[in-house]
Amino acid sequence: MTENEKIRKVSVIVSKGTLDGVYPGLIMANGARMEGIEASLFFTFFGLHAVVKKKMDKLKVATVGNPAMCVPTPMGMSMPTWMGALPGMSAFATSMMKKEMEKLDIPPVSEFVEMIHDAGGSLYACKATVDMFKLKMQDFCPQVDKVLTVGEFYELSAGAEIIFT
Amino acid sequence: MAEKQIAGKTIEVTDDGFMVKHEQWDREVAAAIAAEEGIELTDDHWKVLEFIDKDFKEKGAVPGIRRMNKVGGISTKELYTLFPDGPVKKAAKIAGYPKPASCV
Repeated sequence: MTENEKIRKVSVIVSKGTLDGVYPGLIMANGARMEGIEASLFFTFFGLHAVVKKKMDKLKVATVGNPAMCVPTPMGMSMPTWMGALPGMSAFATSMMKKEMEKLDIPPVSEFVEMIHDAGGSLYACKATVDMFKLKMQDFCPQVDKVLTVGEFYELSAGAEIIFT
Repeated sequence: MAEKQIAGKTIEVTDDGFMVKHEQWDREVAAAIAAEEGIELTDDHWKVLEFIDKDFKEKGAVPGIRRMNKVGGISTKELYTLFPDGPVKKAAKIAGYPKPASCV
C-alpha cells in the first residue's frame, strides 16, 4: 500500500471481554463506516461477550491487574493494584466510565452494535470460541451475521487492513 | 485555506472543502456542495441539514450519529442512505459547518 492510498476496508478483531477491551474495536469499526470505509467486526474469545445478548450490556472495566487505574479521576493518583480486588471496585470503575462515555454520546454496547450494523458494518462470531463456549445463534444479538472459521475470516478480509484489539 | 466559486459566490473553504464562514452559506450553496458530493438534495436531506443547523447553533458542534438518532429522530440507516460513505462528514459539509471533531 502506498502512502497516499486511502484505506478502503478494515477487519477489526475484538478479543477481550472487558468494557475497555470492547469499546476500542467498536469505535474503530464505527469510525471506519463514518469515513466510508467498509468494516467487519470479528468477535473471538471473551470478546464474544460484546454480542451475546445477556452479556453485552453488563461488561465491566477490569480493575485487577491494571496498573493504569488511578483515583479519583482517570489521570489522578496511581491506585495500588491490590485495591482493584476490593469488592465493588470493578462496578465502581465501570459506572464511572459509562457515565463519561454517555457525556460524549458514546452509546451502550447493544446500541453501538446496532448502530454499526445499521451503518452497513458486518458482525461475525469466531467458530472456535462459539464451540468452546457452547453458544447457539439465538444467544447472539440479531446483528450478528454469521459464525465464521478463521479461514473464512481471512477470505472475507481480502484487501482489508486487519486490526487486532 | 482557499477560496472557491460555489453557486456563483466566492466562498472561503478549508483544504478539504469545509466552509469557514457559515454566514456565506445559503440553500444554493448547499445544493452546489451536495452536487459535488454526488447528492441531489431532497426534503429528507433538508430534514438532516436543518437539524444540524439548529443543533450547531445551540451546542456549537456538529451532532454525532447518536444525537441525530435520539434528538433529531433520524435513524442511522436513513443517514447512510441519504449521505452514503460518511454521513456526518458529508452532511456537515453541505450544511456549511466545520468538519466534525468527534470520534463517534
